[in-house]
Amino acid sequence: MDMKQGALDREGRTGDAPALVPPVDIVEDENGITLKADLPGVPKEGLSIRVDGDTLTFEGAVALGESSELHGVYAEVRVAQYRRSFALGRDLDTGSIDASMKNGVLTLRVAKREQAKPRRIEVKAG
Amino acid sequence: MFPSLTRLPGDLFPDFEALQRQVEQLFGAPSWPSSIRASARGAFPALNMGVTAEAVEIYAFAPGLDPAKIDVELEKGLLVISGERASDLPQESDKATVYADERFSGPFRRAISLPDDADAARVQASYRDGVLKVIVPKRESAKPRRVEVREAGI
Repeated sequence: MDMKQGALDREGRTGDAPALVPPVDIVEDENGITLKADLPGVPKEGLSIRVDGDTLTFEGAVALGESSELHGVYAEVRVAQYRRSFALGRDLDTGSIDASMKNGVLTLRVAKREQAKPRRIEVKAG
Repeated sequence: MFPSLTRLPGDLFPDFEALQRQVEQLFGAPSWPSSIRASARGAFPALNMGVTAEAVEIYAFAPGLDPAKIDVELEKGLLVISGERASDLPQESDKATVYADERFSGPFRRAISLPDDADAARVQASYRDGVLKVIVPKRESAKPRRVEVREAGI
């Protein structure tokens, strides 16, 4: 992985079209990591999630279904695309990612590899 | 340059990103004029407004809400959207570590002023894919009409 991709991709700023960086919550527990991202206006079909090496990228296209006659008078959301990338550590299983979308919130669940799960080590009496 | 110097270990990146976000907050202020009721960057929910010949349409980007609990009110030409978004983060107890807590949680209230020709008596609101869409029809008298031009009798 070269530096350019590793550093710039993370915030979604590559040579690609401009995109909003969605806010996320990331929580780790014993079995894996749960990521939630706000992607309001993105239908399930407009979502794409890909893993390239150890980089996880999700992208969403906003589709509001507005009429073509609509002309904007005020806008706080000025880009109709979201994108964000994360580098997954080696302890995460890139082959086991669950994704679901509800009310504009994407939930990604990445499991840990078996050997990365915490184990309790028994101390035997001498 | 040496690969060992340009390649950062994964653990350094979170700090890097926090710094980048701070820089964005300091220098990333938009240059276009904003509405007097616009809140600071990152206000929840973000609002867009557009007009057609028939109606005024307001889009509130409010993901993860129960539509039954969103309040939409009209007060003297002002559309007010309010409600509360619960936090999805785990309680401080079980063996969970929170790495990012960027998503909005808590009560919210946003207002946007409607154009004068909006008919506040007939408002419709719907919620889809995390976006609240409010349609306020224009008054009949404000809608564009075609005026027939008749040939004047001589």
